Amino acid sequence: MISCDKAALICDKAQYNEASFFEKAKLKLHMLICKACTTHAKKNATLTSLCKEAKLKSLTENEKNVMKKQIENQL
Amino acid sequence: MKSLNTYMTSYSLHPDTWVDQYADYLFNYAVTRVSDAEIAKDIVQETFLAGLKSAKNFKGDAAERTWLIAILKRKVIDHYRKINSNKGKAEVRMSYNSSSDEDGDWLEEQVADPFSVLENDEIENEELGLAIQNCIDKLPKKQARVFKMKTIQGISTEDICNELGINPSNLWVMIHRSRTALMDCLNQNWFNL
Repeated sequence: MISCDKAALICDKAQYNEASFFEKAKLKLHMLICKACTTHAKKNATLTSLCKEAKLKSLTENEKNVMKKQIENQL
Repeated sequence: MKSLNTYMTSYSLHPDTWVDQYADYLFNYAVTRVSDAEIAKDIVQETFLAGLKSAKNFKGDAAERTWLIAILKRKVIDHYRKINSNKGKAEVRMSYNSSSDEDGDWLEEQVADPFSVLENDEIENEELGLAIQNCIDKLPKKQARVFKMKTIQGISTEDICNELGINPSNLWVMIHRSRTALMDCLNQNWFNL
């Protein structure tokens, strides 16, 4: 049986499709007996779908550095 | 009696932290309005520069971000003015229906459908995006960076580890902490997760 910490790690990996089949099976088994992890997994999945739905965008680190330079030049 | 001002927090500007703190929020705000990432980026950049120029007019009665958003809104308007300034584009064409063969020839049939949820969805998604961005901005800097690279930019675990010089278990710990913090934050500010 795996610990809750381990289960949380697998659950996080699963949000990015990086959990192996074996890991997912272990997580499912753990969730059968652990209510807290089941709730957490549900919330975690909701967060993933919200992030997808929101179509978030972000600037890359390079783009930000260019901006910082420009601001510094003006200061 | 003390004057009201002493009770109010007065805000000040810190241009050196603008990019780290507000660039992504402003970028998301701009991108929903001009729907082009390149233009949105330019607008954010212009906003920062305009902010610097008019920093002496900052009265301190609004938070930095609110003030920058106000400038950004002007910049978005300026952008639309610029692309519409050609005389031909400014002309209003009055053809009330382009293809009259279709159904919905009558004006009555062309008004917005009050039961359509699509428009609302879009507005809600925009607000959701800003709510999430708001919560991301509250994370510790490094966690926020890892979370953004992984979730928004979709960079692989290996590449992030190489770029930041961390090992995968560090990365997953940071991802876990940021996800937990985001869930809490969204719970308070958006709706029940």
